[in-house]
Amino acid sequence: MELTGADILVRFLQDEGVDYLFGYPGGAVLHIYDALYKQEQVKHILVRHEQAATHAADAYARSTGKPGVVLVTSGPGATNAVTGIATAYMDSIPMVVITGQVPTSLIGNDAFQEVDSVGITRPCVKHNFLVKDVKDLAITMKKAFYIASTGRPGPVVVDIPKDVTADRAHYVYPKTLSMRSYNPVLKGHSGQIKKAVGMMLGAKRPLFYTGGGVVQGDAAKALTTLAHRLGFPVTNTSMGLGGFPATDKQCVGMLGMHGTYEANMSVSHCDLLIAIGARFDDRVTGKIEKFAPSARIIHVDIDPASISKNVKVDVPVVGDVNAVLKAMLAELDLAERKPDGEALARWWQQIEEWRAKDCLKYDMTTDRIKPQYVIDTLYKITKGDAFITSDVGQHQMWAAQFYKFDKPRRWINSGGLGTMGFGLPAAMGVQFAHPKAQVACITGEGSIQMNIQELSTCLQYNLPLKIICLNNGYLGMVRQWQEFFYEERYSSSYMESLPDFVKLAEAYGHVGMQITKPGDVEGALKEAFKMKDRLVFMDFLTDPKENVYPMVPAGAGLDEMILI
Amino acid sequence: MRHIISILMENEAGALSRVAGLFSARGYNIESLTVAPTEDASLSRLTLVTRGSEDIIEQITKQLNKLIDVVKLLDLTEGPHIERELMLIKVKAESANQREEIKRLADIFRGNVIDVTESCYTIELTGDAQKLDAFIGTFKPGEILETVRSGITGIARGPKSLHL
Ligand SMILES: Cc1ncc(C[n+]2csc(CCOP(=O)(O)OP(=O)(O)O)c2C)c(N)n1
Repeated sequence: MELTGADILVRFLQDEGVDYLFGYPGGAVLHIYDALYKQEQVKHILVRHEQAATHAADAYARSTGKPGVVLVTSGPGATNAVTGIATAYMDSIPMVVITGQVPTSLIGNDAFQEVDSVGITRPCVKHNFLVKDVKDLAITMKKAFYIASTGRPGPVVVDIPKDVTADRAHYVYPKTLSMRSYNPVLKGHSGQIKKAVGMMLGAKRPLFYTGGGVVQGDAAKALTTLAHRLGFPVTNTSMGLGGFPATDKQCVGMLGMHGTYEANMSVSHCDLLIAIGARFDDRVTGKIEKFAPSARIIHVDIDPASISKNVKVDVPVVGDVNAVLKAMLAELDLAERKPDGEALARWWQQIEEWRAKDCLKYDMTTDRIKPQYVIDTLYKITKGDAFITSDVGQHQMWAAQFYKFDKPRRWINSGGLGTMGFGLPAAMGVQFAHPKAQVACITGEGSIQMNIQELSTCLQYNLPLKIICLNNGYLGMVRQWQEFFYEERYSSSYMESLPDFVKLAEAYGHVGMQITKPGDVEGALKEAFKMKDRLVFMDFLTDPKENVYPMVPAGAGLDEMILI
Repeated sequence: MRHIISILMENEAGALSRVAGLFSARGYNIESLTVAPTEDASLSRLTLVTRGSEDIIEQITKQLNKLIDVVKLLDLTEGPHIERELMLIKVKAESANQREEIKRLADIFRGNVIDVTESCYTIELTGDAQKLDAFIGTFKPGEILETVRSGITGIARGPKSLHL
């Protein structure tokens, strides 16, 4: 039997096992919305802004490993989705974004709500497609899911003109797929792996530096086993938090611009750096010439283009991170040599001295709420077991520093693009994927206003999120840079005329709380988390002048940290 | 260093703009770019001339390989190879003397006069870039009415070949 393109698309999504589709309707996708209406398997989540649909789908993917799926209309629907697509692209998140398009006969005519979606998104997708014939629809969708979720994952856009969704074709679910031009490498080169393991066993001051590839590549277990077997310290990037348990004593915390003293000093003094699923981003390396100056570098990554892009490495291993780590473990079983225990003991002694600096300490004696204390308390109350999404700014760094993630896929933040407005829709995506879990969004009064309209979506779907707004009255991260590097000229970093967030939350049908005293923080958090079926917006009025420490100024070496 | 990169790509709409977009987004330079279908109509062959340090060229080839539509690529400059470019050049040819001289030059450069009018000749010439430059250099300013060059194409010497 022949089906319409819209029915084929929906049938395909069902057959592909898609449970949630985040989207917003419009003229070009009305046939698709009609097809969705006639079934229940694929649940459509109506957001209030297309950007939120992409962030929700992205966070669904981050927290589950399954690709997130988005449906938006042509023109403004597609352009609104671009920020979310770029966010997912920068963090290598599997996502399939279906954009409606004007009918094929009108393409290129500046038709109503026409934009060149394929052209606009090209630089921020892994790949994109324009489907011109309904006969190609199912196979193109299959390719989109395959490309999005294999190799180094990323977003894929499928642009579907309206007439293609009305045309008819025969449908069979394409079970298999082969693409001559796309064959991601999975297994690492055994010679390189052997060489890498040899170097690890000879190292005197080794350090694992692990990134989002460990989390997204489901390699946390293999990494933890390997690190334990070798007894080496581990530092994570922001994207890599949870890839190795933060409470493990071998964990030296996050590295980079706001990394811990012990992590950054370890990088600066190690003799072997083992980079796993990380990409030597400038926020991590600081001044490149001063990055790990005395180390030889091993780099394991699924993407050959990541290797020696910013920092020249000595032993590259291209492959699926989990597969490579397992191969390293097997190689270790065969090795006769043991790690250099004496050297390691000296190395650890040095690291403990750095750690003793207690670089994350903060003043607990003031009568203002310290933002760090809020996160500390949140960690305690949720027993470290919540999913935490965050926006972008100081609160994001405090969340990364003070919530100790022991499990992967629990820390959901926009690392690469740094997209304010990510946190709330991301929390929605996580809550849909994990309906029973505790999900908290750590945000600032600036960021939350970038997608605040989603409070309405949260009411529609009864999402009991806990929003932790660290309200310092400033675009805090901007203010901090202005304080340090612009002689306190606070140009447009003060958020005047803030709304009453309590009333705002209530207006949206949720619970609002304002917390002004340090003594009330714990009680308020406890009360909020007791409300299992309500969204609670917690407006914490925090110390407006608090800064994120340590800090490596942009362009400085990692050992040139500003400490409190 | 100058590199000639040969790329075998799916002959899909937009494939060329992915290559061009990659170069502009990452700030790589393109000296020339030629594209045409191959004997297998589902594949296009691109020849791209670029310059950069070894590190940049390594990134360029890796990033090109990452494009989903790229099936295979080869840096021709890594081995012995042949490069060719086609030029059509229209020059003033008014006096008998001038016409004689141009014909003689074209012969020396193994070019062909392919269009003749009372006032001008059009010559077709193939060769590497230097040869075409040299031919242009034989004319005085003002004598050349128009030139059009195809950009470099190339192929590896010997049995080495870029195919599926
Ligand atoms: C969409 C977007 N616009 C601008 C920025 C630049 N920026 C980074 S942090 C920041 C301030 C964020 O303020 P707030 O959300 O209140 O968080 P705080 O730093 O105070 O914790 C800004 C403006 C950004 N990251 N994203």
